[in-house]
Order: sequence, then structure tokens, then C-alpha cells
Amino acid sequence: MSGDNILEVQNLKVDIPVTAGMLHPVRGVSFTVARGETLCIVGESGCGKSLTSLALMGLLPKTAIRTADRMDFLGQDIRDFKERRMAALRGVKMAMIFQEPMTSLNPAYTIGNQLMEVYRRHISKNGSEARARAIFLLEKVGISAAASRLSQYPHQLSGGLRQRVMIAMSLMCGPDLIIADEPTTALDVTIQAQILHLLAELQDEFEMGMILITHDLGVVARVADQVQVMYAGTTVEEGPCQAVFDNPLHPYTAGLLRCIPVPGKAKRGSKLGSVPGIVPNLVGDLQGCMFRNRCAHASSICETLSGEPTRIDDGHAFTCRLTPEEAAKTAAVQGVA
Amino acid sequence: MSETALRTVDVSCVFEVSQGFMKGTKPLRAVNGVSLNIPKGRVVGLVGESGCGKSTMANILLGLQKPTSGDVMSGDSLYYGQQTGYLDRKKIARRIQPIFQDPYSSLNPTKTIHSIVCLPLRIHNIGDPSKWDKKVYDILDLVGLPKRVAQSYPSQMSGGQRQRVAIARALIMKPEVVICDEPTSALDVSVQSQILNLLQDLRQELGLTYLLISHNLAVVEHMADRVAVMYLGRIVEEADANTLFDDPRHPYTKALLGSVLTPDPSLGVPDTHLGTVFPNPIDPPSGCSFHPRCSECMDICSKKAPKPSVEGGRMIECHRYQTNEAEVA
Repeated sequence: MSGDNILEVQNLKVDIPVTAGMLHPVRGVSFTVARGETLCIVGESGCGKSLTSLALMGLLPKTAIRTADRMDFLGQDIRDFKERRMAALRGVKMAMIFQEPMTSLNPAYTIGNQLMEVYRRHISKNGSEARARAIFLLEKVGISAAASRLSQYPHQLSGGLRQRVMIAMSLMCGPDLIIADEPTTALDVTIQAQILHLLAELQDEFEMGMILITHDLGVVARVADQVQVMYAGTTVEEGPCQAVFDNPLHPYTAGLLRCIPVPGKAKRGSKLGSVPGIVPNLVGDLQGCMFRNRCAHASSICETLSGEPTRIDDGHAFTCRLTPEEAAKTAAVQGVA
Repeated sequence: MSETALRTVDVSCVFEVSQGFMKGTKPLRAVNGVSLNIPKGRVVGLVGESGCGKSTMANILLGLQKPTSGDVMSGDSLYYGQQTGYLDRKKIARRIQPIFQDPYSSLNPTKTIHSIVCLPLRIHNIGDPSKWDKKVYDILDLVGLPKRVAQSYPSQMSGGQRQRVAIARALIMKPEVVICDEPTSALDVSVQSQILNLLQDLRQELGLTYLLISHNLAVVEHMADRVAVMYLGRIVEEADANTLFDDPRHPYTKALLGSVLTPDPSLGVPDTHLGTVFPNPIDPPSGCSFHPRCSECMDICSKKAPKPSVEGGRMIECHRYQTNEAEVA
């Protein structure tokens, strides 16, 4: 592990007791984020990607149980941090951008009030300092007439502008790590491109690490340095972005890539690939590969598979019974079909 | 061109928006003189950003919203030459059915799937009530749902299953035109591809006509035969899908196409040059409404609104291509 990693997580698990038994939405994920690097966590709804981010922020529901072999943030072990110490980190050192800019801003307070609150709470009580910082950041995220916007309410702004305000808010205290949970899902394609552009620029400028959580493989391909593909609470494939997209090894990754229509590649009106079936129930004792009931290459071995990833070069790894050669072959064959 | 299933002629829809207490109202032109042809058996895609009037168009075509002016005509196969805007809603509903965006809010949570899918038959009193059960099971089978779901409630189903129910409910009337308003944008990618495949299959099997409304150009490019691009209530470019995607002309179409993120890691995030300011539809810009965001803006654009010019099968509203045409002519 190199020294510039700002976050190292090993074997993070989240368990939530429900009436039917114990729900295991996150079942051992490990990753590191280096300064200036973007890690994309991609997967379908219910795969545990959002809970992973909430677990990092210490924002899980009260009943949830979080365990990890290691959770180091800026060299501190944050596993046993009590609420007060976490609160001092949240918003200051690690900040979050949520999916819905419509619902994550408080409609009853002005933009300025909400922007300055976090600064005044954590950094300095000085109101004019906070105001200057808010104006500086609103301009940074491309909002014109920033000073006059401070007195506006969220409903007076469009979706794209609100998301820009959310981004400015997350930057108020100069965090080292930004966790963006589906930051562009609710936005138009044109605005999406702008927001992603902005995030990349700001990340360069402020040298932050970023965890981007999304289900859109198009977004992942364009912004990620490292990719984690999650399925049913585990990482099924991880590695550098280029390697994962050029050479998807896990049948699930390959399947997802075949599902999206790509202009110019797929023939118009032809059948899209699909991943049949639905995500499994994660309550109770779980064994083996959870993808086996949707996988075309499942065999009896999959029922008892340990979940130890097969590592190939450069940190590219996948968790499957297939050998890398077999996996590459099956992914390629399906790609043609 | 083949037979027309549905046609709008110069349709406008104006909403009066209150400006506050005692300040009167201002008109908002949600749809501003749109003429759209939907040929029978084809898929017409309608794309544009939010707020451009695509969903108002859908409501007008469904008879849920009366246009302020203009005609909605149904082709020979429908109500010949009549204006559906003045037709009985029930009559429209028998021929034109919607599939809405969000399968979580478009199904009544207190009704069983059977009752949801059967409701159109009951309202329109179609056929013999003793045969309704069979019809419901047939249609569920057609959209790939097992029989047993008939007695479950929407909350017991996944997003993809719910969207299948919505499709079943639309198809049980044996409509000729299905208006799909963002049918897959609330769904996961693997489910999206299942639903798109299903829509393709059903179209071939039942000879349906689709109006596919979406902001996802990759989906539209995959499904549609003909595509109309809408901006601030007007169609700015309309052409066959091949022509439009291979050779987009209008700067807005180019920007939209440029912002589609294909899963190709060697390309970065595209820069659309569109600016951050979406114009206020109550107070639209002078001349061409796109000119404040346009990267190819000329002097004339802010003064005069462009007229639509038709060349081959392509309609475009842009000063750049009007001059060309004038020269050619």
C-alpha cells in the first residue's frame, strides 16, 4: 500500500437484523482510494453500493451492525469512532453528494444559509468569512451572480443548479474525500456531462479522492480510475478502468456491458443482451457465488465457492470459478452472439 | 411514407402561469406549433431535455390535455380526420395507450395485478366478462409474467416486473399506438434491456406503433425509425434515425449526441459547450430560442426565428441550414 492512500477499507460488512432473520447487504468489500483518484462503485439497485458509502460515513441506520478488518481514513482507524468524532470528520474531511438535489436541500432555508452552516459549525464562527467562502465556491462550480444566489431558496433553482449547489456545499470545508452517490442520475444528459466535467476539474484542483457510486456504465467508463463492480453485497470484479472495460472477466460485468445500447455498435432494432433473473434475497446464511442463479456458466462448484478473488495483473481481479482464460473466452463469445 | 397512425398539425399548448398575488398571469408555451407525423407500425422517438415539452406532447396525444390550438388527427385506421382533442376520452383510450416512466407510482398500490390489468376491460366493457380472466392471463403471459403474480400487489414486485404490468395494462386494449414516456429511465440497466427487448418483440408480434419519449439518446437510437428533437416547445430537427444519428445538423442535436456517455474508457467526459443557463420558458429568448446556448450562433439568430426547412426526409429549424438551402434553390 502506498503512502498517499487516504482511505483503506478491508472486508467491510454491514448486517441489518430484520424480522425474517439477518440481512447481509454488504458482505466483505475492500478498496483503497488514493489522493486525486476516482474509484467508481457500480452495480444494480440493491447490490449494497449506497450502504457501503453510508457505512463509511457512519450514517447507517441505528440497528445496522458494521464490521471491518480495517477502515483507515487519513491514517486514523475510524472503526471505533464514536458519533462525536465522526461528526467532526463528516463534512470536513469527508463529504457526500447525494443523488436527489431536489430532496437533499432543505426547502425552508436559503442556499446561503445551508452553505454557510457547515463552515460555521466546523471551521469558523465568522459569518463574513463563511460568506466569502460560499461565494468563492459557487463561482467555482459555475454559478453566475453567486452573491445574489445566496439569498435564493432551492425551489428557485433548476435541477442542474441545485446539484452544483450540493457540490459547492460538499467543498465548503475543503474535504480530502468526496463520496458522490449517483450525482447525475436525476439530471439531463447535457447537464450530466457538465456536472461530471466539473467534478473532475474540482478534484484535480483540490486534490481530493473521490468515490463515485453509480449504475451507469457510461459514466464509469468516462471518469473512473479504478472500478469495483458490486453484486449482492460483494465485489465481483475490480481493477483499473481500462482493463475492466477492455477485458471484462466476470460474467456479470460482461452481461451488464452487453445490456446497454451503444450508438454505432449495436445494430438498430437488434436484441440487446440481458442478464435474466433478479437479484437474490440476502437474508440468512449465504454461501457460494450469489450470481449463480443468473449465470450462464454456473455449475455445482459455484454453490460452495469461497469468494476468494482470482488476481491477474495490475490489480485486475474477479471472483468466479472460471480461470481468467476461460472467462475472457466466454465474455468474448457472448459479445459476438 | 406509409400510412399515418397519428398526426399533429401545428399543435400549441399554452399554460397561464401565475406571477404572484395580483400580478396576473403570463403565458408559458409548453408546446409551440408542433407538427409531428407518426407512421403506422413505426417507432418515432422524441428527445429533448426536461422542460422542453415532450411530456405535454404525450398528454395531448393521449387526450389528457387539450391543445390550445391546432389539430390532432388520427390516420385512416383511427378516427378519420377527426380531431381527437374533441373526441370522447374513452374513444381515444381504446386506440392510444400510455406506458409511463415510473412503475412505482403509476400502479395503484391497493389493487391486485389482475384488477389493474383488467380495469380497462371493465371500464370499456369489452367482450364477455367471463372471458376477461383468460384475457388477463394471456396478456400477462405475453409480457413474460407468470400466472401467479395476478393475485399479488404492486409492492410485492420488482421495478422490471411492475413495468411489465404497465405494458400489459396498455396492451390489453389492443391499442394501435402506444405512447412510451421514458419507459426505462427508472430501471436498472439489465432490466432496461429486458424491457426494450420486450417492446421490440411486442411491436413485431402485434404490429404496434410507438411514440418513444426519452432523454436517453442511446435508447432512442436503438429503437426508433424516425427521431424528432425538441427544444423549448418546438421540434428543431426531425429525420430518419439513420440520417439523424450519422449526420446531425442542428447544433442542439449535435450537443445532445455529444453528451451521450458510451462505455468507452479511452474517451473523457465530453464538453457540450451548452452553458449552464436553461432559458426561462415564460420569457423565451428572441429569435431562435436556442441561440444563447448555441456554439454556432450568428447575428441573425438573436433577431429572427428560423423557419423550418425540409430537405429530403429531414426537417430542420436553423438559420445555418436555411441559407444553404436558399443557395441551392
